[in-house]
Amino acid sequence: MRSKFPSRYLGWCLGLLGISLTLLFISIYPLPSLLRWQSPFLSRCFFMLMVCFAFCLFRLMRGPTPADRAVAVDTLGILIVGFCAILSIPTGRDWYIDIAIAWALQSFIGALALAKYLEGRGFDE
Amino acid sequence: MSEVAGNLFIVIGLAFDLFGCLGLIRLPDVYNRLQATTKCVTLGTCSILFGALVVKGLSGTGIKAFLCILFLLLTSPVAAHALSRGAHKSGVKLWDKSVCDQYAEDEAGKK
Amino acid sequence: MKSKLILFVIGFIVWMLLGWPIDAQHAIVGIFAAGLAAFLTGDLFTRRPHHFGHISRYLWFCYYVPLFLWECLKANIDVAARVLNPRLPINPGIVKVMTSLRSDTALTFLANSITLTPGTLCVDISPEEGILYIHWIDVKSQDTQEAAQRIVKTFEGVLKRIFE
Repeated sequence: MRSKFPSRYLGWCLGLLGISLTLLFISIYPLPSLLRWQSPFLSRCFFMLMVCFAFCLFRLMRGPTPADRAVAVDTLGILIVGFCAILSIPTGRDWYIDIAIAWALQSFIGALALAKYLEGRGFDE
Repeated sequence: MSEVAGNLFIVIGLAFDLFGCLGLIRLPDVYNRLQATTKCVTLGTCSILFGALVVKGLSGTGIKAFLCILFLLLTSPVAAHALSRGAHKSGVKLWDKSVCDQYAEDEAGKK
Repeated sequence: MKSKLILFVIGFIVWMLLGWPIDAQHAIVGIFAAGLAAFLTGDLFTRRPHHFGHISRYLWFCYYVPLFLWECLKANIDVAARVLNPRLPINPGIVKVMTSLRSDTALTFLANSITLTPGTLCVDISPEEGILYIHWIDVKSQDTQEAAQRIVKTFEGVLKRIFE
């Protein structure tokens, strides 16, 4: 949060411009043939989810407190579930959704363990 | 037809995921970031899974996607609750412009 | 014993849904797996198994699900509007709220519902006195009663009819 009036609006405009340019690039650029599955639409969705990943990784690197990093890891876990769900449609492989269920379980338990660690107590409570 | 509807759900879910992650970048402290991510990312991912259910129909994949939706809706608020409590106990301060913190007052009153 | 039986039925249904095309081998393994889980952890599942027999609870649950989904959608649009606004209109704080619910399941569901509804996040619960500490992204009143009126009211009545 910067207190200067014009710089904040400038930052907002720049951010909006950057994100919309990235999305436009993903939606019109001809993708390499290795990534073009049965539907090119879903492979573009896949790359748009990558933008969310980039945001989470930014918070994971930058986060001022350990709690911020824990939140970013938890969010990444939930995003990967969506990632597997998108993968399971065009490739036609059903076991991607099994991976999604297992990942949701593992991410939940990981978040609880991180929370216990943040509380500063042992794991045996 | 069902493929178009499923793709629509997937696009809506992607938009909400993007807003949630934008909140993770823009908002000022841990609790506000948790608010944004736990709401937007959970419903966005559920919407993507529902899109998979609509595209695949009631096959094995679709039913597993439905179970995954139920599971996410039950667990992600619990994880957010645990993380916020852990953050508060580990001494992460609220944002300076916050209005009140009655939890910290009560904790101080107990000691 | 009843609690173990209910857990067995629920576990078996989930098992069958996970391996959807139903066949005999799956069902036999599922009976053993669900039976083992029910035998080991069945007593922890519920303390008042007779509640599972009341039809009205299921009807209220059917009313609760669309209410919850609607609130969830409103919450998402609310968060998206706040995040995309260049002025970032937030006014956060942690408030204290009293509730009249007492049982563990009802409190868990209340906390989950509060977390997924507009602008609120449950930070801590003290189940003995029924106090919830809630992080509110846009604090409208710091008074315990009025905050309860705004946050808890939508779900408290329904959850009381389902779980208490």
